[in-house]
Amino acid sequence: MSTTALAAQTRVELLLTLRRGESVLLTLGIPVLFLAFFSLVEVLPVPEGVDEPVDFLAPGVLALAVMSSAMVSVGIATGFERAYGVLERLGSTPLGRPTLVAAKILSVLAVEALQVVALTLVAVALGWRPGGNPLLALVAVALATSAFAGLGLLMAGTLRGEVTLAAANGIYLVLLLLGGMVFPLDRLPGALEALARIFPAAALSEALGGALASPVQAPAGAWAVLLGWALVAPAVAAWRFRWR
Amino acid sequence: MGPAVTVEDLVVRHGDTVAVDGVSFTVEAGEVVVLLGPNGAGKTTTVETLQGLRRPDSGSVRVLGLDPVAEHGALVSRLGVMPQRGGVYPGIRPLEALVLFAAYFEDPVDPEELLDRVGLRSVARSTWRQLSGGEQQRLSLALALVGRPEVAFLDEPTSGVDVGGRAVLRSLVADLAGAGAAVLLTTHELDEGERVADRVVIIDRGRVRAEGRPSELRSTGAGAEIRFAASGDVDTAALAAALGAAVTEVSDGEYRVATEATPATVADLTAWLAEHDLVLGDLRAGRSSLEDVFLRLVGEADGGPR
Repeated sequence: MSTTALAAQTRVELLLTLRRGESVLLTLGIPVLFLAFFSLVEVLPVPEGVDEPVDFLAPGVLALAVMSSAMVSVGIATGFERAYGVLERLGSTPLGRPTLVAAKILSVLAVEALQVVALTLVAVALGWRPGGNPLLALVAVALATSAFAGLGLLMAGTLRGEVTLAAANGIYLVLLLLGGMVFPLDRLPGALEALARIFPAAALSEALGGALASPVQAPAGAWAVLLGWALVAPAVAAWRFRWR
Repeated sequence: MGPAVTVEDLVVRHGDTVAVDGVSFTVEAGEVVVLLGPNGAGKTTTVETLQGLRRPDSGSVRVLGLDPVAEHGALVSRLGVMPQRGGVYPGIRPLEALVLFAAYFEDPVDPEELLDRVGLRSVARSTWRQLSGGEQQRLSLALALVGRPEVAFLDEPTSGVDVGGRAVLRSLVADLAGAGAAVLLTTHELDEGERVADRVVIIDRGRVRAEGRPSELRSTGAGAEIRFAASGDVDTAALAAALGAAVTEVSDGEYRVATEATPATVADLTAWLAEHDLVLGDLRAGRSSLEDVFLRLVGEADGGPR
């Protein structure tokens, strides 16, 4: 793997992501808006045992930000790259697939770093006092990135470009509602809550919420679900991905 | 050392249809070979097989002595490919794309220099999707050249390109071959193919119909002729009688006289036109054009002249 090629590819992936207005809106605008609006306007329920909405919303929107970057943004961009023949053309250059995938991962991590900094600053300004173990939170983010990027790439590599666009946005909306990100899981009807807990969104927000609470909590079920998706989703994506 | 590109009895099927049906040709280093044929002739499929995107159903292809599928990794650093549909990030700017592709190769051409060379400095702030069709083609070709390829596959490089852009593309292709690269270019445009080709391979419905230098192919045509255009009604029967040669109207207002263009015949023709008060629009002597050869070959394959 050439480091020159990796650096150049990562730079372009990042540049193109930040240049897409709808991508910035989705990855940064919406999480900041949800965080600020629902912290200040107390219309949404909070989970039992939480006093301030921001204490629930801050880890929730961090989870939302990771899902939007790793799944929606990567999925849609890659889906169109495949539809436009970009991936096929890159396949006839010395870039190589491992370097391309590595560049996409590095680019997502860079965007996530931006998101974490921006959302943490806004949350702290709104009165959030994070505690717990930030390292544990980073592990959760890393696992979730693997899971969501795997899902995004699975869609990008198997569906048409426009279908990927629709599917990624649709799944984003469903997981936003069922992800315990802005709407607490324990307020969902029992069956729906059980269903929600199978998906990586709820697992991530729960793992993040626990990691950043004091004292630290590490709900075993959520971590197990997260780990499972982190392993299975990219493996299935790599297996099913069609480059053209 | 053998040819840079060898295609031998290549057969490629798409499901039940045979896209390429026993095609053979070679491209030498420093040579521009044009794969000429109508849409759907099997040109792109052949090029895609040479890139390693498809496997031959039978026959074989070698590029720089390598198998494009099995030895893909060793081949790509020596290859320049211009796909038919671009394949460039919609949101990228010309220089960004050139810098990116330059980073893939050991000894690339300076991207700034290449940007000027293809005349895209004035649109350097535009993204790919904002470029005109011709500008996109020029950038796409530049991306295929940035790595100083030993072999270049250019699929329909001139489609959608205006006259000025074509001149740029032709000079880039000539330079590439001049630097010793083997260039395989596909087109369905005869004039363009004739202009850039050292050799032309005419392909139709998956088969090679003719092959040779443009001059050779022309001389295998229908023989000597005079072509002229005239406004007004030309009585072809009367003219044929006057000249002692067959006269046909090949298209509206354009005529073909099947005879050697001797000064005497040409003088007779112009005199006859003067007598009948007809204005001469165009006069061309010589052999049939590559287009005639092409149409005849493709027509024969159909079971009769078109």
